[in-house]
Amino acid sequence: MRILLGIGSADDSLQALERTAERAAEADDEVTVAIIDDDGPRGVGEIEAAVDGTLDGWGITAEIRHVESETDPGSELVEIAESEGFDRIVIGGGTTSPMGKIQLGSTAEFVLLNSHVSVTLVR
Amino acid sequence: MTRDRGYPEAIAGPFEGPPRTFEDRAGRTIEIRAHDGSNEEYEALASMYIEFDPADRAQGIPPSQEQRVREWLEAILGEDCLNVIAWDDGTAAGHATLVPDGDAYELAIFVLQAYQEAGIGTRLLKTLLGYGAEEGVEKVWLTVERWNKPAVGLYKKIGFETSDAESFELEMGIRLADAHDDD
Repeated sequence: MRILLGIGSADDSLQALERTAERAAEADDEVTVAIIDDDGPRGVGEIEAAVDGTLDGWGITAEIRHVESETDPGSELVEIAESEGFDRIVIGGGTTSPMGKIQLGSTAEFVLLNSHVSVTLVR
Repeated sequence: MTRDRGYPEAIAGPFEGPPRTFEDRAGRTIEIRAHDGSNEEYEALASMYIEFDPADRAQGIPPSQEQRVREWLEAILGEDCLNVIAWDDGTAAGHATLVPDGDAYELAIFVLQAYQEAGIGTRLLKTLLGYGAEEGVEKVWLTVERWNKPAVGLYKKIGFETSDAESFELEMGIRLADAHDDD
């Protein structure tokens, strides 16, 4: 399966990365990682290092690219997935508020509402 | 997630803090008290949430399994949080909580199904805000699912204003006091 993993800097993205790599190692998925600079808790360099470390850890390779759009990364993810024939988009399943409520970011919301490619939210 | 949240300029209230006693619309005598930190109250709340109808969960809380309910309760009953509980004798009928989030507090409120639509939620909410004001809380925010019209209506009536309407959930805020920078 051709997977497009969209990740930003929050913890749920790192969890999605880990699970996607784990599954790819078992199922021989072809993974492309799209890194989104979301101005969050981790910079792009730190996200790239996490991606390299996780892929190495599971012994898989993946194409790594950067989502250019700062204003509308969700739209660009959907565009990439649809125009390049991906089977699935994988994204993080949301962060939690101090209260423990799950909150989806605007990128996840856009992808869920607009993608014609199946979407997996990782929890 | 750190976001700039909007709050009304005007101060809402005043709201009366706990304890408060009233008769609900079903004729039950309900007492709202601040959580006293006891294990008995913790267990009564755990029972309430274990019994909670999954249809009334919001954004993943209360959690669905007992172990997770207990972990969640231990976090939101912590010393830096403010909690009020509505009691029907020894039964916890409702619970509202303020959890610190930077210079503001996040609010959540739950009323057990058998006690809904009896006026308990409104009083619980006002009493919590009164408690918050007494304890120096300045700003409170919450999220609510936009299709939950009764809840949105209640929050507006009390003085919450919508600060973010672009997500799946509405975000609303209220101001209980002016900012004080001197402490």
